[in-house]
Amino acid sequence: MSNQYIIFPVLFQLFTAIVLMFFWTKRTAQKFISMGGSVIALGIAVWLFSTVWNGGIFTMQAGSWQAPFGITFVADVFSSTLVLLTAISGLAVSVFSAGSVRNRRIKFGYFPIFHLLLMGLNGAFLTGDIFNLYVWFEIIIISSFVLLTLGGEKPQIEGSIKYVTMNLLASVIFLTAIAILYGLAGSLNMADLSLKIPEIENQGLVNVTAILFLIGFGIKSAVFPLYFWLPASYHTPPPAISAIFGGLLTKVGVYALFRVFTLIFVPDEFTGNLISWIAVFTILAGGLGALVQTNIRKAFSYLIVCHIGFMIAGLGIYTELAIAGAIFYLIHDITVKTNLFLVSGMIFKIEGTYNMRYMGGLYRSWPKLSLLMAIPLFSLVGIPPLSGFWAKIFLIEAGFRTNEYVVIAFIILGSFLTLFVIARIWAEVFWKKGAELPKKEYVKYFFELRRAKQYAMIIPIVLLSAVTLYIGLGAENIVAVAKVIGADLMDPSQYIEAVLGNSNPTDAP
Amino acid sequence: MELLLAIIVGLLYASGIYMMLRRSLVKLIIGLILLGNGANILIFLLGRIVKGKPPIIEDSAKVLTDIYADPVPQALILTAIVISFGLQAFAIILVKRAYKVVGTDDLDQMNATDEDL
Repeated sequence: MSNQYIIFPVLFQLFTAIVLMFFWTKRTAQKFISMGGSVIALGIAVWLFSTVWNGGIFTMQAGSWQAPFGITFVADVFSSTLVLLTAISGLAVSVFSAGSVRNRRIKFGYFPIFHLLLMGLNGAFLTGDIFNLYVWFEIIIISSFVLLTLGGEKPQIEGSIKYVTMNLLASVIFLTAIAILYGLAGSLNMADLSLKIPEIENQGLVNVTAILFLIGFGIKSAVFPLYFWLPASYHTPPPAISAIFGGLLTKVGVYALFRVFTLIFVPDEFTGNLISWIAVFTILAGGLGALVQTNIRKAFSYLIVCHIGFMIAGLGIYTELAIAGAIFYLIHDITVKTNLFLVSGMIFKIEGTYNMRYMGGLYRSWPKLSLLMAIPLFSLVGIPPLSGFWAKIFLIEAGFRTNEYVVIAFIILGSFLTLFVIARIWAEVFWKKGAELPKKEYVKYFFELRRAKQYAMIIPIVLLSAVTLYIGLGAENIVAVAKVIGADLMDPSQYIEAVLGNSNPTDAP
Repeated sequence: MELLLAIIVGLLYASGIYMMLRRSLVKLIIGLILLGNGANILIFLLGRIVKGKPPIIEDSAKVLTDIYADPVPQALILTAIVISFGLQAFAIILVKRAYKVVGTDDLDQMNATDEDL
């Protein structure tokens, strides 16, 4: 069905960014516009999700150029769920930024760029055109470059050199893959490609293209052995920015992998095994990396890598149940990872350091806040009623059904490593008797902040924790969503029909 | 023409990757630029090169019947050039900034993010 309004989440973020630019010098106004804009964006995302959930897949042909000739935007359940999660994380980070980001960063356009980043994310989730996906990726990375370097501290600049290089390289590889794909199939519309790819005689070259996409998106989503840029850069910017990066940016890569490898290229035995092995090593590398870190944000960065492995494992197993499990994990991971980096920012404001060796006694001095922070930490491990548990159950069950015992073993090992890391953080930061730390001049401590700012830091964590609890305790609803997405992805005929419809696709040039 | 372009694409990719593997920051950027240009020419090459056949439908016909030059790859290249121009401009400023802040352009010296804080 055609619906012109599905582009709204993208346009509204652009609109907010433009309005923010008019208030370039007025910092307080920017904070309120950003928060208000994020609330409205959440409303739009909820509307989009409920429309798609009740009414099926909606499409929009840009400029009324019929698919496969024009650019198509598609909102299926998968896209609209991710748009919804983007809006939730965006709202949380926007409020947190209002409380924690320093004025000198806001002065150089922090909020407009932040909303442009969200626009790019929404665009990437909603587009149905592979080259358009590339363009949205570029919008995401250029905004993330600016956010990462804003402030210009030494570690930030060094981290961003690595980040920028790897992302530009990933873009070039992605572009190369698109070039070869266009040469082979003569189309850029993903639904159209899905029909055309199996008819190509030269399947060897198709597989090479698939691997190029795997490498390009693999760099973006930080899988083994392409993840080294992530722990080198994600702990350098302010916590609000790490939160949106950790929660959403790598997940766009995962989204693209799922989209491309279910719709366009169906993995054959070789690619399927390759993805499984990548998943296994990603879990191992991320988990072991997190073990040895003393900086909490670096530990969380390695945990991102570890948990990307869980989602890729679902793609590697490649059954409906496994994909549904991976999607459940994706939904859980976006909220929890955003929250964890917000928590790390909170801990920094209280203690004045990120190094867990010097911290301690947080539970004694801030018992209520500590309990709040426990929710994301324990959901990440997947302690039974909380959200991480259900996703892993599905993945493991899917593994048993297809006899992928190696993958199951590593998922369990990865959970164990996560448990170990989180237990260590809990013991070191919250339970250990803390020594009195020397007060740093340049850090503005939590108790020194104004009341409004303190609440601006607490409320997002409460919001995201509530979402996490809902995912865990109301799991049957999320399972229903994940199963629908899994079924949609494994059988793309509905998607193709929604995009191409009755427009009778003649052969593209 | 196709063969020549194919060789150029190969050379650009090879030299781009070689430059990226050097330790100097400036060479890193040059490598990225070469790679980007290689990708652009690859799109052009794979869109089939047709000479002197513009994709214009004659008044008497409804559709193009003859072989014609595909305009889509050119639109793609144009987009990709504009995007990579912006990104490269950013990367060059970043390198300049990094040289000022870190005091070296040797990538091996940039280890501050891997140390414990």
